[in-house]
Amino acid sequence: MIGLANITRATLAKDLRLEWRSKDAINSMLFFSLLVVVIFSFVFNPTAEESRRIAGGLIWVAFLFAAIVALNQTWARELRNQVLDAYRISPAPANSLFLAKAIGNFIFVTVLEALMTPLFIVFYSLRALGPVYQLPIIAMLGTWALVVNGTFFAAISVRTRAREIMLPLLLFPISIPAVTAMVEATSAVLTGEFSTRFWIALLVAYDVVFTIACLFLFETVLHAE
Amino acid sequence: MKPAFSILAILTAVLLSYGLYQALVVAPTDQLQGDVYRIIYYHVPSAWTAFLLFSINFVASIAYLVSRNPKADVLALVTAEVGVVYCTIVLVTGPLWARPVWGIWWTWDVRLTSTLVLWLIYVSYLFLRRFSSGGQTPVLAAALAIFGALDVPLVYFSIWFFRTQHPQPVVGGGGSIDPRMLHVWLLNWAAFLCFAGLVCWSRYRVEILQRELEEAQALQALLERNPQ
Repeated sequence: MIGLANITRATLAKDLRLEWRSKDAINSMLFFSLLVVVIFSFVFNPTAEESRRIAGGLIWVAFLFAAIVALNQTWARELRNQVLDAYRISPAPANSLFLAKAIGNFIFVTVLEALMTPLFIVFYSLRALGPVYQLPIIAMLGTWALVVNGTFFAAISVRTRAREIMLPLLLFPISIPAVTAMVEATSAVLTGEFSTRFWIALLVAYDVVFTIACLFLFETVLHAE
Repeated sequence: MKPAFSILAILTAVLLSYGLYQALVVAPTDQLQGDVYRIIYYHVPSAWTAFLLFSINFVASIAYLVSRNPKADVLALVTAEVGVVYCTIVLVTGPLWARPVWGIWWTWDVRLTSTLVLWLIYVSYLFLRRFSSGGQTPVLAAALAIFGALDVPLVYFSIWFFRTQHPQPVVGGGGSIDPRMLHVWLLNWAAFLCFAGLVCWSRYRVEILQRELEEAQALQALLERNPQ
């Protein structure tokens, strides 16, 4: 158990340091989601009332697309110098590697959300009518739902031809219930018209089911030959 | 060709033609919908067959991960392929019926949407199999199949929360159906199942032969490169 935590921490620290020095993922995610925000506001040109209704969807679609950038480079980065092969033959538990990558992606996407949300509020002049304190909970559960499966499927797609395009093809169909739940919960908070309880419960169920599935199957996928 | 295969082929042909005759001529016309309802004799049996094939795919994927038996992987592949075909039939015949009866082609109702999401998941499964190469394909595909199966109840609940418009299940749902209709329905399901079995069987044989051929060719190339 201690070994697992130590290796997870070491791998996570390495990834964070790499990102801190290059800022490749976070910069491209930020600019990408900024573009989505601007294009959507041209396309819909919404009033304040309409914004409240569609903003939940817009925010999460922007984050989902932007997260693909971080997820794609998760394992692609380890292909250089055969680092992934080195991981495979090292005695380190596979799940510590998976957890480090998933937590790393969680941090990147959370930073992205923290920086982009104020911009959304400004551009769409949003003012929530429901319980705002629930938004961070929804954001955390939703982000984990995206990155846990995203990290797993990135490990699959990195082994295929056309790996960059393969990740969204695998991730989006499976993520449909999670995305529905995030969008509906966010819209519920923004409009204050209905309860978030069912959607938060669904997100929790999704997170639990797929975190267990990922931890259960990751070693098999990593060692697939 | 094995005699069992020929018997199944003949049985399928007989059942399909008898089922067609029963569905179009013998089955009574629906009181409210008229003749347009007859599409359910194809729509519903296709849906049941598709779901059955996807369940077999799930079981075969787990069996492959546990036993690493290549036959389980071939079974998972063929059931996914044929399942996607049946699921496509469901998604095409549904709107054809819905347009005259509901007045709309499509609605985001729970059964329609879950079937569509199921179709999307299995199409992505086939994409993965097409785009990955070598011995890792079966493992990656089996992992995805398990994720897909875990997703199904979540998809269903997420959409169920919006109210549903699809006709409630008449079989086992407390609804009433003319026994003659039920008879034709089950007959057509049997026909579709036989047909699915026949296609899966042929596809299974082809895939096994294909793999044997590839193996033989690889061995041949190896021998030619280093004689002895």
